[in-house]
Formats: sequence, C-alpha cells, structure tokens
Amino acid sequence: MAADHVDHHEHHPHGLAHQFEDMAQQKESVLLGMWSFLITEVLFFSGYFLTYLVYRTQYPVAFAEGSHELDITMGAFNTVVLILSSLTMAMAVHKSHEGSKNGTLGYLIATFILGGVFLCVKYVEYSAKFEHGLVPGLAWHPHGEHSPQLALFFSLYFGMTGMHALHMIIGAGLLIWLLVKTAKGTYTAEYNAPIEVFGLYWHFVDIVWIFLFPLLYLLGRH
Amino acid sequence: MAIAEQDGNASGYAAPETNYINNGYGLKSWLLTKDHKRIAVLYMISISIFFAVGGLFAGLIRLELLTPQGDFSHSDTYNKLFTMHGVVMIFFFLVPSIPATLGNFLVPIMIGAKDLAFPRINLLSWYVYIIGGTLGVIGILAGGVDTGWTFYTPYSSTYSNSNVLIVAFAGFLAGFSSILTGLNFIVTIHTMRAPGMTWFRLPLFIWAHYATSIIMLLGTPVIAITLVLMMLERAFGFGFFDPRLGGDPVLFQHLFWFYSHPAVYIMILPSMGVMSEMIACISRKRVFGYEFVAFSSVAIAILGFLVWGHHMFLSSQSTYAGMVFSVITFLVAVPSAIKTFNWTATMYKGSIVYNTPMYYVMGYLGLFLVGGLTGLFLSNMGLDIHLHDTYFIVAHFHYIMVGGQVMGYLGGMHFWWPKISGKMYPEALGKASAVLVFLGFNLTFFPQFVLGYMGMPRRYHSYPDEFQILNVASTGGASVLALGYLLPGIYLIWSIFKGANAPQNPWGAKGLEWEVADTPPTTFNFESTPVVTEEAYQYGPIEEH
Amino acid sequence: MWTDFPLFPEQASSFALKVDGIYFATVLLSVFFAALVSVLVIIFAIKYRRKSPDEIPRQIAGHIGLEIFWTAIPLVLALGMFVWSTVLYFHITTPPANTLEMYVVGKQWMWKLQHPEGKREINELHVPLGQPVRLTMTSEDVLHSFYIPAFRVKKDVVPGRYTSLWFEATKIGSYHLFCAEYCGTEHSRMIGKVHVMEPQDYQNWLTGGVANEPMEVAGERLFEQYACHTCHKVDGKGRGPSLVGLYGKSVGLEGGGSAVVNEAYIRESILNPAVKLVAGYKPIMPTFKGQISEEGVMQLIAYVKSLKAPELTSVE
Repeated sequence: MAADHVDHHEHHPHGLAHQFEDMAQQKESVLLGMWSFLITEVLFFSGYFLTYLVYRTQYPVAFAEGSHELDITMGAFNTVVLILSSLTMAMAVHKSHEGSKNGTLGYLIATFILGGVFLCVKYVEYSAKFEHGLVPGLAWHPHGEHSPQLALFFSLYFGMTGMHALHMIIGAGLLIWLLVKTAKGTYTAEYNAPIEVFGLYWHFVDIVWIFLFPLLYLLGRH
Repeated sequence: MAIAEQDGNASGYAAPETNYINNGYGLKSWLLTKDHKRIAVLYMISISIFFAVGGLFAGLIRLELLTPQGDFSHSDTYNKLFTMHGVVMIFFFLVPSIPATLGNFLVPIMIGAKDLAFPRINLLSWYVYIIGGTLGVIGILAGGVDTGWTFYTPYSSTYSNSNVLIVAFAGFLAGFSSILTGLNFIVTIHTMRAPGMTWFRLPLFIWAHYATSIIMLLGTPVIAITLVLMMLERAFGFGFFDPRLGGDPVLFQHLFWFYSHPAVYIMILPSMGVMSEMIACISRKRVFGYEFVAFSSVAIAILGFLVWGHHMFLSSQSTYAGMVFSVITFLVAVPSAIKTFNWTATMYKGSIVYNTPMYYVMGYLGLFLVGGLTGLFLSNMGLDIHLHDTYFIVAHFHYIMVGGQVMGYLGGMHFWWPKISGKMYPEALGKASAVLVFLGFNLTFFPQFVLGYMGMPRRYHSYPDEFQILNVASTGGASVLALGYLLPGIYLIWSIFKGANAPQNPWGAKGLEWEVADTPPTTFNFESTPVVTEEAYQYGPIEEH
Repeated sequence: MWTDFPLFPEQASSFALKVDGIYFATVLLSVFFAALVSVLVIIFAIKYRRKSPDEIPRQIAGHIGLEIFWTAIPLVLALGMFVWSTVLYFHITTPPANTLEMYVVGKQWMWKLQHPEGKREINELHVPLGQPVRLTMTSEDVLHSFYIPAFRVKKDVVPGRYTSLWFEATKIGSYHLFCAEYCGTEHSRMIGKVHVMEPQDYQNWLTGGVANEPMEVAGERLFEQYACHTCHKVDGKGRGPSLVGLYGKSVGLEGGGSAVVNEAYIRESILNPAVKLVAGYKPIMPTFKGQISEEGVMQLIAYVKSLKAPELTSVE
C-alpha cells in the first residue's frame, strides 16, 4: 500500500507532543478536540433546557411566579462579572500569543478572581433560598396554590445553576493549574495552545450563563 | 494446527527486537502507559471480565426461565439479575467493546499515525471506565439494582428499594469514558492521517468508527444529563419525572431514548467496519461500492438520532409523532440493506479463503440479516402494538447487539489477533468456536421470536406453562453459546504462550497495519511516517463499471 | 398436541386477523431477503473459493446502477410497509362511537377494573362478545402496560395521565391479561384473565352476585361528599361552572385558549384546578390531590358524563 516514507527531521520544538508531526498539527488537533468537547457540553446542557422548555409551557404561571422569587440584582451583577471575566480571559489568550508572561499571568489572575466573585454571589443566593424554604426536597415550605409546579421551577433552577457552578469550579481548578504553568514559563509565543483551549471552555461556560439568566430570572417577569 | 495453509508465509519474517509489548515491563509500565495499543490491551482485559460477569447473569436468567413457576430465585433476585445483565453488558461491554479495543489499537495504525491525538485522555478514559466499573461492581455486591437497565421513572426515582444511585452513576461514568474515546477518534481521524491518506482512501473500519464517534459525542451527554436528573429526583426529591411532584415520566423516556437509540448503533456500526475489512480480505477484493458502504455508516448514525420515539409507540406519545418516528425507522432499513448487498457483491468473483475470520463473516451475515429484518416488524406501528415489550424485542436486539456486535468483535479479534499478540491461534478451534457461537446463538434466541409473538412479556420471572418448551430450548441454546464464547477465551490465551510466531501479514491483507506496521507493532507504529499512494483494498488494478 | 405446545396466539379480537396478516406479509418479505442473501453468499463462497494461494481476482470497484437498484427497492418496500402499518395503527387506535366504557387502574401489582354498571373486578375482566369495549386507564404508582395477546392490543398505563385502548372480542373464551411494562418485584404476577362471554351471559353476570352501585351513582355520592355541588350548581349560578351537558364540549380558558372537556381535562381539574381555569371563574377551587383515589376520580368522571343537558334545551 505504502510505497515510500517521509524521513523524520530530528528537531523537536518545545511543547510538541510525540504523536504529532509539527506544531500546526498539534494546534489544529487541540482546538478541534476542545470544540468537539464543547459540542458534547451543549448536548449535555440541552437536556436541562429541554426539560425547562417542556415544563415552562405546561406551567407558565408557576414559572413566572418562580422568576419573581429570584434576586434579579444579584443575577444581573453576576452576568456582568462573567462577561468581564470572558474579556480578561480573551486578553490572557492575546497576551500569551504575544509571549508576554506577566501580561498573561495578570489577566489569568483577574479571570480567576472574577470567577471567584461569581461563585461567592451564587453562594449568597443559594443560602437565601435555603432560608426562604425554596429548596425542593431539602428545605421546602409549600408556597401557595402552585406549590408543586413552583417546586419544579426551583428543581430546575438548582439543577441548571448548580451544573453551571460545577463547571465554574472545574474551570477555576484548571485556571490554577494554568497559573502555575504560566508562572513557570512553560508557555511561549509558539506554544500556548492550553491557554487558548481553556479560553474556549471559559467562554462556553459564560455563554451558558447568558442563556440561564434570562430563562430563569427574566422570563415572565413584569 | 492449520496455520501453514494461510497465504502469508510463516517463515522469513524478521520481527523487530522491541515491540509495544516488550518495550517496558512491570505493572507500572502498563498502568501509566500512553500507548494506544497498550490501552487497547487494558480495555480488552477489562471488558472480557465484564463480559464474563454479564454472561454469568445471563446464565442465571436462563436457568430461572427453565421452569415456569419462578422457583429458582426470588422475584427480586431475578429482577436484579436481568437489570445487572443489561447494565453490565451495555455500559461496560457492548459500548466499549470494538471501539475501545480494536478501534483503539487500529485507528492510529490504519491511518498512519503514531498514536491517537490525545494519549493521556485515552488513558484517562480507561481509568474513568474502571472507576465506573468498580462502582458498578460495588453496587452489585451491595445488593444490586432492580430497575431494568432503562432506569424508567418513576420506578427508578421513587419506588425502587435498590442501589439505583450508585449504579446509575457508574453508567454515567462509563458514558463519560466513551465520550473521551469518541472525541479522540474524531480528532485523530481529522488531523492525523498520513500524507496521501485522503478521506476516500480510509479503510471502512475508520469510516465506521468515525460514525460511531459522532454518536458517542452527540448522544452520550444526553443520557448523562438524563441520569443526573433522575438521580437528583431520587436523592433530593426534585420532581422532574414523578407525576406526584408535577413531573412527567414520559419525558424521561424521550431523553433516555434520544441517547439510547443512537447507542444501539454504537453497538452495531463498529462491527460493520470490522466486517468490511474482513470481507475484503477473505475475498481478496476491494469492497464493492466503497463510497456507498462508507456513507451508509454516516447515514445510519444520522438517522439513528431521529428514531428514538419508536420505543414509545405505546407510551401515549401523539399518533403523528409516532408516524414520523415509524417512517424514519423504516428508512434505517435502506443503509443497512445497502451494506448487506455490497458485502455480498464483494464476494462475487472473489477468491474466498476458508479460515476463521471467514467463518465469522458468514455467521455475522446470517445473524445480522435476521436481526435487521426483524427490525421491520418493530418499526411497524400496527404490529409493534402487539410485539412491544415482549420476547420478540428481546430476540431482535440480541440478534443485532450480540449476533452483530459480539460476532464482529470475536471475528475481529481473530482477524487481528496475530497483529495484536504476535501469535497465531489454532485455526481448527477457531472455526469450531465460530460454528458453536452461530448454532448456540440461533438456538437461544430464535425461539424467543416465537415466544414474543405468542405474547410472552419480557422481564417475567414466572410465566404461563404453555411457554415452557420454547424457554427450555432457549436455555439449552444458551449453554452451547456459552461454550462457544468460552473456547476462544481459552485458546487465545493459550496461543500467547504456545502459539507459533505470526508473520507480518498472515492473511496477505491490504492496509497499513498489515503491510507496513510490524507484528506486533513497535511503540510508535512506524519507523517513519508512511505515505499512502493507493486506494484501500487495492489487491489488483481496479476496473470501473 | 398443539394445545400443550402452541406456536401461535389465539385470534380472539377483530384486530387479530389484520395484525396477523401484516405479520405474515413481513415474515414472507424477510424470508425472501434472508434467503436471497444467504443463497448468494453460499453460492459465491463455494464457486469462488480460493484455488491457489496467490490467486488475485479481478477487482470490481462497484456499479452505480446496482447501487441505485438496491437502494430503491428497499426504499419502496419500506415506504409501502409504513403506509400499510400506519393505516392499521389508526384502525387499532380509533375507537368507534358506540363503545362500552370500562375503567382500569393499575397499581403494584394488580389490575383494578370497573364496569360502568358498578361491578368491580381485580385481575379479571368480563366482556361481551361482538361489542366494542373501550378502556380508560391510569396508574396509581409506576408505569404499567395493559396487554391482551389474544386481542393483539397493548397500551402503557401511565401515572398522572389517562391512556385508552379499545377492542372487539370475537371469540368466546378466557385469555391472558399481562402487565407488559416492568413495574417492580411482582411484575410477572400482575397478570389476569379476560373472559369473553355471550352478551346475554354478560348481562346475567353483571346483575348477578353482589350488587354494586353504578359508577355514576358512586360518583354522584362523591360529588356530594366533597361538597362539589355547593359551587358547581346545576343552574350555572354557583362560584364554579355548571357541569350539566359539559362533557365533550369545548370551554374557553382564563388567560386565553380553550380545552375540550374530556376525561383527562376533568381529572386535571380535580387534581390541579388552577392550571386550566374556565374563563370567568376565580381560582378558588382547592386541589383534591391525595384526597380522592384514582378510582374515585373515574367515578366522578362517569357522573359528569351522565349529566346530560335537559331535553328542554334541545327542543327547537
């Protein structure tokens, strides 16, 4: 089948894994890999979105009531925080392309802090729900005539935002790892695929929230 | 044994000193390996263990059904047996079977790459699988689970008293592992093909795995989230599916089958790829209508996402939705028929050798024909009313998933065993095992079609007396089948120690893995990147019609 | 001999022949294709067996005409089968107008059945010969599936909603009744018998034994017991709409839209009154979830159905 062979040139660029021929192939693979992963993530969240859609059409009144119970100020604040963190993440990728170690480090730290702020606000919101007895199964005090449907709304609220928060926590963990590597000087202007790929992930998590916020906080609000 | 009758000359091949097997010794060199071939071997060992466990459950089920009274075990025990048979076989054997073993071993070699794109993720997928498997075993040892592998709500989320959470989480992890495998394949096939290896020069095995990987990427996350929702409902009382809590149990079925129907094609497409390779080799001919076979794999993967509702014709989904699902299901027959006819045409005027892979090919064609054609009965809404949830379904999906995928897996294991192990297996025993599996399988499952049409519901611990004779036949067949499966397990292991050394290309087959890679392959597969200059399966000059 | 070792279910309903017809047609089609491919494969395997180790056969890339041929044939056959099966499906799922109404509640692990005249049965169902029967079914707990193989009918029984099936028995005898959807420990004991009787015998059976009050009477008693009548007044001047002559009609809903008053709507209105409120009324009705059993709800439905509009209004 194969007639002749390409000879290997024995120079090995920094950061090139053994299975790849060159940096271009490695970068293409890593990016395609992350995009594929994000497609599975979209389908993963789509299960929640479908469930939300089904019950929202079935119980519009209760879901509007549920939206009113959420704290729109905190939700809006968090939306801004996340969008800012996407900006700092994009800047980190940009700086890493330039090969600026300190710039990359600074923007990664900023991203980490903004992610942390988001999670703290989420924690405050969650605690308030526990206090008000709005957590189905764990702390639920019946609320009016739509109580079962309202419970469904809050089940979805906790399921969706909880899964989103889990993605944020995993992202924060990965950020720490990237920070250490950046500080060690692993990444260069030629080899920075991990930062770029993480950026894709971070933007994805951000976009999920962009959908969650109107669905949960805004729809049905007067 | 009868190795000498093979075409490749057994002598005269100088295997390299170091290959992937002896390049590093000790447990650590295996457990921390990033070599796709070693990971494939790790998977082979683990899925064989799960196959044995699942098979043991199957044996106990058949023993129980020997008599109508349900006197062998308690009904709870029986319910746990068929549930765990399903969970173990589907999540821990059938889904990873061909992709994680043969696929892992062969995809990089067939396209001329040194490894998969992400070797560490490949190893991670095995660890995730093992953790999932361990949790599954813990769940079984702690008392098992009795919901059926389908975890239908509200039984699973509210009523069952068994270890639903841990076993569902084990299934979740197995799904995650298969996402990682599928992702690796997609990227590898896209970006790591050797120079000259264009899309239409890819072996059909690669096309089948590409289609399988699409399903893994798109379908598996949906079952993952579905299991999460079910577990949340069970653990915290979130009422997604329980009508008492405002939920809808039928929504669970939609979400579940959106994955699980495509997953059926995860459990058949890879074996179709194996068959294409083997038929080309045993006929020494290019696969007839290569493009049609390749695209039919992709067509099956796409159609597979649009037919989930045929599991729910009776579950109060709307009649018109049912019609759409029914007609698309009928359409799946078309790409399946295209494959079958092209395989048949490949043998026409070929040069057909009678060896173990050939026996498996013949057996596969027979079982796949029955399995595929009985699908026509079930896509048929009028008939499905009667056949749904009876033994007819049980027989049908065993013909596809066991008759198809397991036959393909075993056939492929024999076909590539010399490459994987560097040893030849005893040919006569190989043929005997293929015949035993074929006969045992038909004796086990054909009576179940009859039982199904007579109306015996599935998942019955006891049953009316008039069904007994056919059940006895089925149990008898199962013992033949068990022997057929046990045999390769014994002689393949035997061959590792006592088998003759395999030449580079024992079957005189085409493909990088036979013609260029060593036997067994070296750690990086090729000394230098191969350049591909011809079509797949080019045994001679190709005539166009 | 075949009574001990049957290979085919009895044909005891008007569907049986039709379902068996499409079954045998599909069997024939399958046998034809299976035989075609098997015979070809075997002939090729024998005729073209390898004669010498280094034999290289002529390579044939493919044939576009053949590909079109064997794509088109399965396509046409599949679509033809689809049309036939869909016509049959519509027949099986569309009940005629004059059905006998019966009610089924599934629970772990028994079938509770009730005739409109009040007779209750457990795991047994008596039906008259030659009379279409329609079952309205629901479940108290998990999924079940109501299956009578000899009639070729089956339908899932789903908690939280009504499903229905109909059949017309054509042969006297007793037939299996199975639960076909796995429902837990004693799933395989959730079985029973369907007895098909001559209509006269059926009448005798209905009136014999312990006298039960008809479902609509039981429903009326519940209607009073739960004080439904204090709001749903006959003259329509109560705080809730009058239920007289309402069944089968379409009502406008508060907040737009409309709903047909059928079994499912009545059930929902008893258990979740606020979800689909009739236009012009306030959401003051409490939920009766957990207070009235599924059978009680069915009796109430039978009562609402019996509230025909007075003759006067229909006089021109």
